[in-house]
Amino acid sequence: MAKKEFWRWPEYRHTVEGIDPQNGKVISGGVDIGSVSSKTVIMVDGEVFAQSVMRTGSSSPDSAERTMNWALEDTGVTLKDIHYVVGTGYGRVNIPFAQKAITEIACHGRGASFMWGPSVRTVLDMGGQDCKAIRVDERGKVQNFLMNDKCAAGTGRGMEVFADLLSVPIQEVGDRSFAVKEEPQAVSSTCVVFAKSEAVGLLRSGWSKDEVLAAYCQAMAHRVVDLLNRVGVEKEFVITGGIAKNIGIVKRVEKELGIQALKPDQWRDDPRFDPMLAGAVGAALFAKVLYERSQG
Amino acid sequence: MLIANYGYKDGSGEYFITLDTDKCDGCGKCVEVCPASVLEVIPNEFDIEDGNIMGVRDEHRHKLKYSCAPCKPTTGDIEPPCVTACLSQAITHFLSSAKGQVL
Repeated sequence: MAKKEFWRWPEYRHTVEGIDPQNGKVISGGVDIGSVSSKTVIMVDGEVFAQSVMRTGSSSPDSAERTMNWALEDTGVTLKDIHYVVGTGYGRVNIPFAQKAITEIACHGRGASFMWGPSVRTVLDMGGQDCKAIRVDERGKVQNFLMNDKCAAGTGRGMEVFADLLSVPIQEVGDRSFAVKEEPQAVSSTCVVFAKSEAVGLLRSGWSKDEVLAAYCQAMAHRVVDLLNRVGVEKEFVITGGIAKNIGIVKRVEKELGIQALKPDQWRDDPRFDPMLAGAVGAALFAKVLYERSQG
Repeated sequence: MLIANYGYKDGSGEYFITLDTDKCDGCGKCVEVCPASVLEVIPNEFDIEDGNIMGVRDEHRHKLKYSCAPCKPTTGDIEPPCVTACLSQAITHFLSSAKGQVL
């Protein structure tokens, strides 16, 4: 029997109805090559037109090309039609067709401010292999940020490892972490390696999978709140990145901060609000500005 | 104002170098005086304007506790050379053990 891949999250592409790129003045592209996922957003005059989200492969240039081609599939737009492309994320310097690279910190700030509105002041980006707390002003400009890339604690990869260990599909982790009679004590370590061995011990001593998931989610939430407190949390607060889709983390972060995240479920109805896209959206917005500036 | 925080917090304390990127003009004086080659001048990718700013080298970001220790005397209020070399006062150094004792 083939081993089931519990960590595997869905890749997808989407075209927004009702936008005609042929009538657009500026077509801009944002490509966010993260350590775990690659995202492309195509904008027509500053509105999201097409998007794709897929897994990052071993080569950044290949991943960039694949995610860009997939976003453009059946849209009638080709790479040549795009006026300006900005690359961001971990692999931003290795995107052959991007005219400029901008850090994912600036792009997530800008993207979150665009997606959830200018009232956003604090952005928590929970990425594949790092986690960033970002403070932005009303224009989405970054004012203060802190990145934890020292270890995999509080990251998507850590969650993937846990989903696999417990044989729970990663999309179900959030809901199942609430299927407990009472919230267990957090695991004492968020280090993926130690938490993993701690979880195995808990399972052996009779804990259910749901309880172990709850304990892990809580530890992860606690860890990122620590990070947020260093830059200071001000309303409105949003979470971006893949972990933002995990309700088990979002609710626990909200509870510990005492602040609700802004519309954390909107992406379920409208793919344009996919929190994984914030970086690519920011990059596409910067691309539009840079193109317009180059035209004088 | 854009404050970039480089560093980490772990069980033993907090270790950060922070940079006000609006004040930093990328002159590189801090890079010259750093005995451990922790700093570098990099393109400012936080903004769409071109220009350079100070950055903390990747290989040092996770071990500032050790990399910066020689410039942090255990007693006295002496600023490290990178901080004093910066004419625009863009750099702040923050290294402290968990007990609150400044290293």
